[in-house]
Amino acid sequence: MRSASRTGTFLLQFLLPAALLLGYGVWSSQADSFYFPPLQEIGRTFADTWLFERVPVDLVPSLARLAAGYALAVVVGVSVGVALGLWHLARLASEPVVEFLRALPAPALIPFALLLFGTGNNSKVFIIALGTVWPILLNTIDGVRGLESEQLDMARSYRIPPRSGLLHIILPAASPRIFAGMRTSLSIGIILMVISEMVASDNGLGYFILQSQRSFAIPEMWTGIVLIGILGFVLNWLFLRVEARFLFWHRGARGLLGEDTGHRAGDGAGDAAGAEEAAADTAAPPAMPPTMPPIARSSPHS
Amino acid sequence: MATRLGETASPVAAAPPEAASRTARRPGRGALWRRGAGWLPRLAGIAAVLVILEIGSRTGVLPRESFPPVSEIWSSLLGLVTDTPMWVEVGRTMQGWAVGLLLAIVLAVPLGMLLGASRLAFQMTRLIIEFLRPVPSVALIPLAVLVFGTDQDMKVFLIVFACFWPILFQAIYGVQDVDPVATDTARSYGLPLLARFTRVTLPSAAPYIATGLRISSAIALILALTAELVVGAPGLGRAIVVSQTSGQITQMYALILATGLLGWLLNSVFQAVERRLLRWHPSHREVAR
Repeated sequence: MRSASRTGTFLLQFLLPAALLLGYGVWSSQADSFYFPPLQEIGRTFADTWLFERVPVDLVPSLARLAAGYALAVVVGVSVGVALGLWHLARLASEPVVEFLRALPAPALIPFALLLFGTGNNSKVFIIALGTVWPILLNTIDGVRGLESEQLDMARSYRIPPRSGLLHIILPAASPRIFAGMRTSLSIGIILMVISEMVASDNGLGYFILQSQRSFAIPEMWTGIVLIGILGFVLNWLFLRVEARFLFWHRGARGLLGEDTGHRAGDGAGDAAGAEEAAADTAAPPAMPPTMPPIARSSPHS
Repeated sequence: MATRLGETASPVAAAPPEAASRTARRPGRGALWRRGAGWLPRLAGIAAVLVILEIGSRTGVLPRESFPPVSEIWSSLLGLVTDTPMWVEVGRTMQGWAVGLLLAIVLAVPLGMLLGASRLAFQMTRLIIEFLRPVPSVALIPLAVLVFGTDQDMKVFLIVFACFWPILFQAIYGVQDVDPVATDTARSYGLPLLARFTRVTLPSAAPYIATGLRISSAIALILALTAELVVGAPGLGRAIVVSQTSGQITQMYALILATGLLGWLLNSVFQAVERRLLRWHPSHREVAR
């Protein structure tokens, strides 16, 4: 009985998406709309374009720039975040500047990046790094500040050298927050990757879709949009896998292995009013407010 | 600054007994001093950055052509602020921001509350939402240009699409997170559906939705800027590009500065309104600091 209702809800999930896809397929094949080509045509063009002719030309450079910018942001964000989290005065002194730079929409800095680095890869990496560093930085600061002072005191009284204190006490304690920031940053990074390639560029996914639109290659444009969608979905999914692996102890320690939802309530909007969380929130990208994962992960039956 | 803080502190001393006892618990002077001490490093931080940039540019450590002195940027900004053209651009950007955000709210809040309240509806749409959510909104720029042209409509469409998701999720999650005991209590007291909604569901989902709005406000500004920069819709973003391509670098920096101030202002306003409207909510009560 119970398993029957489970399969029922499982199938139910596919009902509406399948209906919508089918609806679009039927409508587009007979509507003959210029902007909305039939599903089969998009599928055929997708296979032609992305298997694997344009992969080294557009997809690989895009991903390489994303990886470089994101890695830079993680390194800078975590190291500066730990420093600022531990050093009260520096945190206060840097606060207004950080607040301003965080509030500044990253695309507004594209002209600045072009001025500084020219039209090559560097300006795009710079924009991606600059846009993704803030959620990581702010979350790292919060994670480090959230460390219980007894832990630091104990480390000091046991004469634990600073290096292993950092590696074994501070970083692990802050890692849930660091990961939260990195997750937010990942979606921002994808967005900035696309935007930066739309301005003064000669390859990449953003360049491809904008160029296809300008040359009225509509099916090609759609394949680009679909590919970016898939990319966002896959990278997000990969990240959640990696996070679950790294932070398995965290969920276990909080007794949340069985049930996800409660933990999210604590992490998300409920206490989002806290200034720090709020700070992290605001930088959240379109795709991903911090309360996302509950729905992403909680099973429909729990 | 110390005197100003001292003045605000005096009415507290003359306040009714319970207020006085409340302040007595934490030493007033120490708290004041700490607040003052908190502002000093902040101001020093700003000053240090400005001075370093100014000196760097004046001495030529930073190339003068691409890094004009901060003082020049500042006077350029002052010149722009007192002139109408910049306000026209700000108005265009903000119009897209406001219309887009409003539409997103109108669409996402009711839908989110419905999906939060109905398990069936939630399960049916789950997969679609899961797939659409990580789609970067900017991927839709070419489509938006095709369908809506390069004007305000395109900007609004992108903003609505991008802002829809955070608000939707916060609304779903807010409704799902309503304390079941509260709902059951309301039901057993025989409150009608409408009253249950306005007295239990809505208040407890409100903080979530407010967070969604604050996130979306920042996103809307980013999307507005992107539409203006990439496609050339009228507004601040296009003004920045125009200044850059015409070689007016100082003005470009002034406009970027103005954009940052705008973003910061919007964020502060949302935070202040949120704090004021939701001051009864535990999360806001606790963080009074």
